[in-house]
Formats: sequence, structure tokens, C-alpha cells
Amino acid sequence: MKTLELKRVSATAAPAPGVREQATVSKYIDTTSCIGCKACEVACQEWNDLPAETTVQLGTYQTLPELTPNLWNLIRFNELDHDGALRWLMRKDQCMHCGDPGCLKACPAPGAIVQYMNGIVDFNQEACIGCGYCMTGCPFNIPKLNQKTQRVYKCTLCSDRVSVGLEPACIKACPTGCLQFGTKTQMLDLAGKRVAQLKGQGFEHAAVYDPPGVGGTGVVTVLAYGDQPELYALPKDPTIPLAVRIWKTPLKWLGSLAMTFGVVGTVLHYLRYGAKKAEE
Amino acid sequence: MASLAATFGRGAMTNGWTDIRNADVILAMGGNPAENHPVGFRFVMEARREHGAQLVSVDPRFNRTSAVADHFTQIRAGSDTAFLAGLIHYALSHDRYQAEYVRLFTNATFLVKEGYGFNEGEGLFTGWDARKKAYDKSTWNYELDAQGFAKVDPAMEHPRSVFQLMKKFYSRYTPEMVARICGCKAEDFVKAAGIITSSYTPDRAGTILYALGWTHHSFSVQLIHAAAMLQLLLGNIGIAGGGLNALRGHANIQGGTDCGVGYHNLPGYIPIPKADHQTLRQFLDAVTPKALRPNSMNFWSNTPKFVVSQLKAYYGAAAVSGNEFAYRDHPRLPAGENWSWAYIFDHMHEGRMEGFFSFGMNPVSNGPNSRKVLGALARLKWLVVAENFEQETAAFWRADIIELIGKKPADIATEVFLLPAANFAEKDGTFTNSARWIQWKWKAVDPPGEAKPDEEIIARVFLKVRELYEKEGGKAPEPVKHLNWWYSNPARPSLEEVAREINGWSLKSGQQLAKFADLEADGSTLSGNWLYTGMYTEAGNLTQRRSTADPGGLGAFPQWAYNWPANRRIMYNRCSADGQGKPWDAARPVIRWNGEKWTGDVPDYKADSPPEAALGPFIMLPEGVARFFVPGQFAEGPFTEHYEPAESPVENALHPRQSANPAVHRFGTEWDKLGGAGEFPIVCTTYRLTEHFHYWTKNNPYNMQLQPEFFVEISEELAKEKGIAGGDRVRITSARGSIEGKAMVTKRIRPMQVGGRTVHQIGFPIHWGFLGRGKQLGSLANLVTPTVVDPNSFAPEYKGFLVKLEKVS
Repeated sequence: MKTLELKRVSATAAPAPGVREQATVSKYIDTTSCIGCKACEVACQEWNDLPAETTVQLGTYQTLPELTPNLWNLIRFNELDHDGALRWLMRKDQCMHCGDPGCLKACPAPGAIVQYMNGIVDFNQEACIGCGYCMTGCPFNIPKLNQKTQRVYKCTLCSDRVSVGLEPACIKACPTGCLQFGTKTQMLDLAGKRVAQLKGQGFEHAAVYDPPGVGGTGVVTVLAYGDQPELYALPKDPTIPLAVRIWKTPLKWLGSLAMTFGVVGTVLHYLRYGAKKAEE
Repeated sequence: MASLAATFGRGAMTNGWTDIRNADVILAMGGNPAENHPVGFRFVMEARREHGAQLVSVDPRFNRTSAVADHFTQIRAGSDTAFLAGLIHYALSHDRYQAEYVRLFTNATFLVKEGYGFNEGEGLFTGWDARKKAYDKSTWNYELDAQGFAKVDPAMEHPRSVFQLMKKFYSRYTPEMVARICGCKAEDFVKAAGIITSSYTPDRAGTILYALGWTHHSFSVQLIHAAAMLQLLLGNIGIAGGGLNALRGHANIQGGTDCGVGYHNLPGYIPIPKADHQTLRQFLDAVTPKALRPNSMNFWSNTPKFVVSQLKAYYGAAAVSGNEFAYRDHPRLPAGENWSWAYIFDHMHEGRMEGFFSFGMNPVSNGPNSRKVLGALARLKWLVVAENFEQETAAFWRADIIELIGKKPADIATEVFLLPAANFAEKDGTFTNSARWIQWKWKAVDPPGEAKPDEEIIARVFLKVRELYEKEGGKAPEPVKHLNWWYSNPARPSLEEVAREINGWSLKSGQQLAKFADLEADGSTLSGNWLYTGMYTEAGNLTQRRSTADPGGLGAFPQWAYNWPANRRIMYNRCSADGQGKPWDAARPVIRWNGEKWTGDVPDYKADSPPEAALGPFIMLPEGVARFFVPGQFAEGPFTEHYEPAESPVENALHPRQSANPAVHRFGTEWDKLGGAGEFPIVCTTYRLTEHFHYWTKNNPYNMQLQPEFFVEISEELAKEKGIAGGDRVRITSARGSIEGKAMVTKRIRPMQVGGRTVHQIGFPIHWGFLGRGKQLGSLANLVTPTVVDPNSFAPEYKGFLVKLEKVS
């Protein structure tokens, strides 16, 4: 089914074979038009054949405190007094499909995480080794380990639907039009217009959330209080965690260097002293 | 719907879902459309995004609609009338009403006859009979001239003109009075009033969206009438982006109302004949109104055509002019009988009923005061429930349910039949939505197992009953024996055939009728429901149309399905144009006079009647104009007055001696208990969640995942007072009983200052019970609601009753 061209593949040095240029796709989430109906939550589960979770009422409208291996899409509710009035903020939380995905960077299993030419970051559970490094690599707390299957799961941006020209299931289910889908350029354009409108209505801090620290995201989010993304449970300036960055860049290089020295040393040792003879 | 029919002439949403997009101001009150109508709510969001429409949310809670609103005001559940009356006063006292519209299109110009009055201190209109506890309504009428037409004063200055009476009547509802009754701040009210009444200019459109938050009161009809008055003052009826829009709670509840599911109507809003209407002539004379103004079209003067065509549909060849079209065999209602919901269970409880059919209904769960319903069902000989799932009504005899009334399964002699029924996706047919669109739907999958569509269940029962009458005879067999059961498959009538019959055909040509104007009173036409004539014509089944063509660009979609009446998208649309027939708002024209005829939407008017003839625009009312003053159609008065709910924490601030609605009937069974504020100090309201559909989706794992269990929304202040934390188990008790559930402590409900003291308010959704997935735990919301109903619509008071709250340790 997946006919999308690859751009990046986890734990693989060779460049991806993709040769055709493709526009980056993106979801658009206008949190100021979201009514928290959760149609997207169920549409996602139904399309992806995920079973319903057993939940308990914890004193909130939110389905669960966090995403789970079976719930890849969660509306986060936050009620607070802010900006002179009571607010009830609702934001759809799911994989952000980062331009520079920390999960992919952290993944040691070849081919378990891929990024397609259109920007979708997808997990391939057949290649996943369940190490959970991707969870460390994600600044948004998205991938979730299924304890039974020992594989990690998250939103695929419905790569199967997108590859045949359909919008993701969550977008299709949205009744208010707060979710849209298209190229990232189109979605940024839409978001820019909505932000300008919100500023005109007195939301002076309205902004588009598309953080550069992760190479921008495949989810363009409109926030009324863009100066405080943490009100929506979004990190302010997300970056790939330091450990992953070090592990993947200088440390990896150092590691390779150490490895090379080790090999060279072994060879030199052999040449110098010859093979070790077993003692009688 | 009783309210809209008495005010405008028809009981339905005046505009339509797709038209909400045209509004500049949207008031969501008495409803939470984002929660309960999320799909239709897209048009609210489009109005906001496309042209910056302002959304005002007024509710007992800051809800999902409030979350995206420009302005929110919290009010006490049950105080909506005062808020609306305050808006009427605000519009009148700030000259924020569309005076020319009011003069042309309403009964503000009519003179009320001498003798009418309202005693402000007592809170009663003239004609109150304290002994009978009912009004003699004879003074609530117009002053008539020699021809029987109402006298008018076009200047609206006569002290007995409706306009002047109204102005005086509502002058008591100052912002301070509103704040005192509703428990809001006067400045919050004034801010809301400024936004809402800004739609009074001809170039601005304001709409009101409401639902069960207004209909579930013991004064619901009057309350909705107040909203209708406000919209008339603001010139918002009949225009694009305006209207008073009743959002129906089910996919086909409008269709049910249209097709006579209420005990008081036959299909097409024809009143049910009463016992003393012995002959067809007597019946027609009683129900056919006479024009009250010379320029009134008085469309109901066609009633005889509708009635005779309907009798032909009922009895076919057995209905002929020689036997009054079988009228004498037609069922008639005994004098003084009421068989609306709460009364059915009252009669059942009194042992007046032997058996009961329940289709797609779960009375134990959805009726008020579940214990009374259980007590009533226990007196039946037999009960038939046709449902998709086993539910609380079919299982009412189960030990854990019947113990609610202190009985055991062995005590119950009722024989229960549970018939598996096909659900909406397992059968075809039509849905009529809030916007009056009659839309065909196609079956998606076959029903499982032995489940059958309702029409087959009904047909098989009918055929068996007819067989028994034929074999054994019995009392009054004619209506059953003569019923026109002409369908190709009598045991499973095709809904295509039923749709053709509802539309009707000519018995001369055999052709399907094109419009209700073709109906005749001589027995030459047949039609099951005149209102739906036009939906299935010689051109085919128009309910299957799906064209998205939108010629006017205002979202009318005239070729999408079929829109009663006569495919009009916006009702009363004559009001969208001024006295010369020119649209008030050139940017949003609905219809206009082109010199020869009215063009645009299908005119809700005589198509060739020129503006200068000044034919009244409300063609279904004998006045020809809309009613501010309602001459006798309501039980409790011609103008809307604020009355407190049957259970209220305070006395009526306007007239403490008449606190609640005087016309409300008190039921007398052992379960019909009311509580006082001393023992039950907290105001309580019930509602629904977007994650569930009534008591049905508790059988679905995904819905249960989203909202797993019963909860109670409690303010932080009340929670602190009672030592309750979010997630704690709490008990709510009313005079009827108690339920337990999880606490949701929230900022979205706040304590109020009402009548100089702090009043707390809580609320909970209704969706759980005994049967279903997950933790049901018997959390049946209606165990605590009162059996108190509106005296006009007979809708129960599910919103605004008294309880106490405690933590369960």
C-alpha cells in the first residue's frame, strides 16, 4: 500500500532512493475553532483498527492523560482564567511529523522509522526492536510502547490514505473545519490568515506553532495565546534532546573513531606480535 | 414547537442549518450546539471565520459552545425567561428595534380589548380562577370591528395597542432585575444585550440557536415565545442569517412531529378530533380558523382539503362523501384527556392501561422520575419493546432495577416482549432534520439476526390484529377493518410506497400531486400529510435529490432533498423585504418583488400578490402577522412572564406570592414529590454529551472509552465547602431519590448571587444506567428529576430543580 517515496531511514547511512521532489504535506489545527468533540480520536482508532481503551473518569473531559499505543490522537483540555476571562482550551495532540524527527534520529533499528519525501514520519513495527529510544528522542512525548507486542506506535498521518490521495481520517471526521489537510505551504497560508483575523479580534499573541528547533512540523497549529504554547501542553521551543543529538552527531563520530582505532590497533597488534598461540 | 406555531404559524426551525453561516450575531442559549449539534455547528464556525460573526453563549455552565464564544454569561438554570425579558426591555428602551418591520409584520399595531390586564403585585393576568386553578382567557383578545376583524393603530401609540402594552409589561425587567433573578452581573447582561441587539439594523442579521435547555422547563413555551418576541423586535425573522432556530435532538424528531407522533395532532398538524366533534362538519368548523384581518391569507382555511385527503389516505375506498369520508369511524379524543408523555405514565400508574408499545424509546431512563415510570410499568399486563439493545425498560423487572421501588422480580406480573429492531443504518426511509429537509437515506447493512425494521414489526402486528377482528369481531372494528393497507407487500410495506402515499395522488388521474395547493375537499385527492405534498411527485422521489447548486450564494441549496413547506428554505421570507418588496439587506436578499411576482427562494407568500396589497406575511396565522400578544393559545398568559421553576432556591423576585407558573398541573401519585430549598439548597440541571447518544451508545466501546462513567460537575467553591476533590465519589439527592457518581471539580460553574445570597449550581449528563458496557452502577440521571411539565407542550422540567450534594466516604 505504501507507495510514498522515502527521504530518510533510521540507522541507515545510505541516502534514501527517492528521486522525485514532493511537496511536504501538513495537517492544520485551528485550536480556536476546536470544540473538543473527539470525533478525530475515534476516527483515528477506527481507520487504524485500534481497540478502544478502558478508561475511568478522572475529573476531566479528556479521554486519557496521555496518548497510548491504541490512542494516537488525543484532545487535551485545559481550563484556566487567562487574559481576563475563563478559557477552556482544547488542542488535538498527535505526532507532529517533525521536519527533523528526533525519533528517527534516535532509532537504532534499520528501517524502523522512515521519513517520506512528503514529510510524513512513519514507524515500521516489523523492523522495530522495542528499545524505546524514539520515545527519548521525541520532544513531544508521542511514541508509545505496547507492552504486549514490545513495539512502538504513533500517528502515521494516515500514510496509507495520503498515498492514494485521501486526507487523514481525523481530518475527514472533523465537523467544524478546525482540521484541514494540504501542502505545508497551503496550510501555513491558511494559518497566517486565521492568525491575522484573531489579532484583529483582540488576540494580540495569536500565532502559528511551527517550531524551527525540530525543523518545523507537519502539523501547523493556530494558537490564540501563541506566546504561551505550554497552555496547550506544547513545549515552547522544542529541540531534539541533547543526548540524542550527541549520540547521533559528535558521539556517533567519536564512537566510529574509537571503533576505527580499535580495528586499526588490532591489526597493528597482529602485525607486530602475530597471532596469539594457544599454550599447551 | 407549540410556541413557534402560536407565534409564527408553524412549529419548526424558521431557517436552516446552512443558513446560520449568514448570521452576524449568534446567540446560543437554552442549548449547547457545539456539544449536541457538532456537525451543524460548522456553520457557526464558518460565520465566525468568514465574516467575523459574534457568538454569545448564555448558559448555567461554561460549556463547549462557550469555549469558542466571544462572550459568555452564566445564569441560573431556570432563569432564562428573565434574561430574555430583559433583552426585550433593553431593545425597547434603547430604541434598538426595527420599528418599520415591527409595524408591518407583527400584531404590535393591534388593539387589545378592554378588560385585559396584568396584576404586577400578584403576578397574574386577568381571568384567574383560584378555585379551578385555571384562566378564563376571554379577556386575552383583540378589540374587533363590526366585521370581526381586529382593530389596529398603525402608529402603535394607542395605550391598548400591543406595542404599548408590551413596552409597559417588560419595563420591569431592568438589567438589575435580570441580574438579581439570573444570578449574573448586570454589566455582563448589558454587554450581552449590546451584542445581541446590534442586529436590529436592516443590514445586520442575528440568529438564536436553542434546544432542550429551553424546552425542558415548566414554562418552556412562554420562554421560547419571549425569544420569538425579541427576534421580531430586531427584525430577524424571515431574513437570511436570522430566525429562531430550534435544534432538534434526533435525526428525525422533526419528522415525527410533522407526522403526528404527538397525541394531540394528526399528521400535518391537524388537531386530533375531540369526542364532541361528532360530524366531519362539526370537526372542520372547530379547527378551521377565520381571518382576523382583511389582508390575511389565513392558509389554514384550507383545512377541509387536508383533512378529507388524509381520510382518503387512511380509509381508501371506504371513505366516500356519503359517509363523511369515514370520519365517524375515525378515533376521537375524549374531552379533557391528555395523553402526552408524563400523563401516559400517570394514567398507567393509575391502572388505566393494559399494554404498552415502546419503539426506539427507553422510558425508564428518559422519562422524568424513573421510579414513577417503574411503578407504572409494573401495573401493565404486557409490554412490547422494539429496540437494538436490551435496555432498562425491557429489563425493568430485573432485581437491581425493580428494587428501586422496593419490589422483587417475583412481584412483577407484566409480560415483556423484546423485539429486536433494525437500527437507522439497517433500513432505508427518510429523516426530516431540524431545517425541515426531508432526506432519503439508503440502507447501509442488513439488520443482524432476526432484527426487523419498524415498519415490518408494525405491519405484522396490524395484520394479526385485523385478522382477529375479522375472526372474532369486537368493539369498533371499522377503523381497523377499513384501514387502507394497499402496499405491495402488506407484511413489509415498502417505504417508497409509503412516501408516495404521504405525498398523495389524484384519484382522478392517478398521478402524484405536485403541491398541496392541488388538494381537494371532495374526495378526489388522497394525501397522508399535506405538509409533505411535493416531496414525491411525478418527477420522482425528491427527497433523494443531492444537488449542491446554490444559485443565490446564501447556502439555500434548493435542489438538495425536499424542504417543507413547498421547498421553502427560509420560512416567513416575505419579511426579508420592506413595504415596497425591496430586500432590507441588499447583500443578503431572500426574495424580492420584480414588478410581477416574488423571486428568489420559494416565497412563503402568495407569489403574485404585490407589496401594495399588503397581504400579511405570516400566512398560517389568522392575523396574517406574527404575535407578540398571544390571544389565548397559551395556558398562562398572552405575554411571557418570568416564573420560577417548580423547585426553586428563591421566591420570584417580581411577585413572591405567585412564584411558579400558576397553570402547571400537579400529579398526585406517591412518587410525585417536590422538595424545598431548606433541605435541597442546590440548583441542578441535566444535559447530554457529544461523546454519547442518549442511553444507546453506552453499548459501544468507543463511546464508553470517551466518557466512561457518570459524573457531576461541581464548582471549585462548592467542592471546597464539601471537601470534595476531582474524581471523588459523591451523592446527589432530590425529593425523588439519589444517585452517585464521580465529581468533576471545575471553574466552568461558579456560585451565583441570587436574591442577595449565594446559590450553588451543579449539573450532570444523562447517559448511563444499568445495562451497557463499563461501569453503569445504576447511575440513572432521571432518578432525581421531577414529574413537572409545561402546561402547553407538556415537556418535563429536567433543567432547574433542587438537590443536595454530599461526599460518599
